[in-house]
Amino acid sequence: MTEKKGNIEIKNVSKVYPNGTVGLKDINLNIKQGEFVMIVGLSGSGKSTLLRSINRLHDVTDGEILIDGQDITKATGNKLHKIRRSTAMIFQNYNLVKTSSVYRNVMSGRVGYYPAWKAALGLFTKEDQEMVKTNLARVNLLDKYYVKARDLSGGQQQRVGIARAMMQEPSVILADEPVSGLDPKTTKLVMNDLKKLNEEDGMTIILNVHSIGLALKYSSRIVGLKEGRIIYDKPIAEVDKRDFKEIYREAGDDSSVEAGNDVEED
Amino acid sequence: MKQSIPKRPMMKEWHVIGFTIFLLLVFAVILSAQATGVGQDFSSEQFFDLWAKMANPDWSYIPDIITPLLQTIQMAIVGTLIGCVAAIPVALVSASNIVRNPYVRGVVRFIMNLVRSIPEMLLAALFVAVVGIGALSGVCALSVFSFGMMFKLLYEAIETVDQGPIEAMRAAGGNRNQVIVFAVIPQVLNQYLSFFLYTLEINVRASAVLGYLGAGGIGLYLNTTLEMFRYDRTAVVILGILVVVVLVDALSNKLREALS
Repeated sequence: MTEKKGNIEIKNVSKVYPNGTVGLKDINLNIKQGEFVMIVGLSGSGKSTLLRSINRLHDVTDGEILIDGQDITKATGNKLHKIRRSTAMIFQNYNLVKTSSVYRNVMSGRVGYYPAWKAALGLFTKEDQEMVKTNLARVNLLDKYYVKARDLSGGQQQRVGIARAMMQEPSVILADEPVSGLDPKTTKLVMNDLKKLNEEDGMTIILNVHSIGLALKYSSRIVGLKEGRIIYDKPIAEVDKRDFKEIYREAGDDSSVEAGNDVEED
Repeated sequence: MKQSIPKRPMMKEWHVIGFTIFLLLVFAVILSAQATGVGQDFSSEQFFDLWAKMANPDWSYIPDIITPLLQTIQMAIVGTLIGCVAAIPVALVSASNIVRNPYVRGVVRFIMNLVRSIPEMLLAALFVAVVGIGALSGVCALSVFSFGMMFKLLYEAIETVDQGPIEAMRAAGGNRNQVIVFAVIPQVLNQYLSFFLYTLEINVRASAVLGYLGAGGIGLYLNTTLEMFRYDRTAVVILGILVVVVLVDALSNKLREALS
């Protein structure tokens, strides 16, 4: 993980789902290494689609997404796996294997570095086993090493998800509503973990979020999406709270701004 | 004003259609019985002779059937093992969340449905003809049978796993094999073991009669004792099979409960 990696260039990206729904419309976004970008917008505005396209969990219909100069939208095979390895993803539903131990779940983040047969037989190097310990310690869950994932609370599972992402030694972390199922206290823990990765390790972080309070508190830049288009893009210093009114406005209402303010002051 | 029940047409009033169908069915049953000779002479003497002999089992026959009984269990275990292991790759290829190409899946599933449609007794008869008389043909028959059964159970289990971890492994840069090893196998492992035991249960039962066709195991003794009219010994064989089946079922049930 060299300091210069983690630049993302999204050029003219559009996405139309097979059923005709427009997911993204002509997105242009330039994210520099070390930024902490929060993507806000209503449900269905294309936040998730955008985030998943960066990792190519979704294919885009048009345009290109360059990750450190490499176009992920056209990469195949090994090249695609390598790019994905450098862009770790954190999920809303944690996506852990519930019946596996925390150790195995965290180690699974390392698969991109092994040939399949080696990983299948559990032939992980000593260094990587140490790395699991280090990463679990960073999220304060080292004592859960042997515990099965399903026996953890939601917040703990999400932090295991973060530890798993760290195993990839990524330059970018994509987090798809990582805190939407968590209480305010756990939310803070998870967000602080991510902030640490951003500040100490220089990882670029792109995060989907519903809470304006969180966006204002943690991000270095806020991007607003609406109906698949970018309608807002400002560094945090220039953000005015009233701007959100526009992002969250739907036909016939203007009271939704307050909805996201709950976590702001804790 | 006087109200009355509406008059129904004659056909409905006397349930003509229902009665006709009923009469036709009765007629069909009588015809079928005549055609298949159900009414032929029935020797109650022989029937009671069989019962009387079977009611007095020849217990001294027990040592003779121990070895074939064990062979039956061994055949079931080996056959189940081979079939269930062979089913893993095929099940993976037919699961829609692993292989996206519908044509590949379709072809594999079609072939497997053909395999599954052959009853195990027919398989045994075929293998006796090909491999020859003996336990090997029994094992082959049970392998193919378990293969088809495990395939079906397993690919359905794979298709219903939680997609989240699969997505996570893909996002982490894992290729298809790594996704299988880290996201699919851990999720279906318990179910697989449970299916394995279930298949074993069925195979123990099946292998008890396979010997009747010359495919090894206790079935052969069932055949010979019956042909020699030694019903007292047949009773012992049947009791032996019963004990084995009950024991294997009980054990498998216990283990499967522990798995879930």
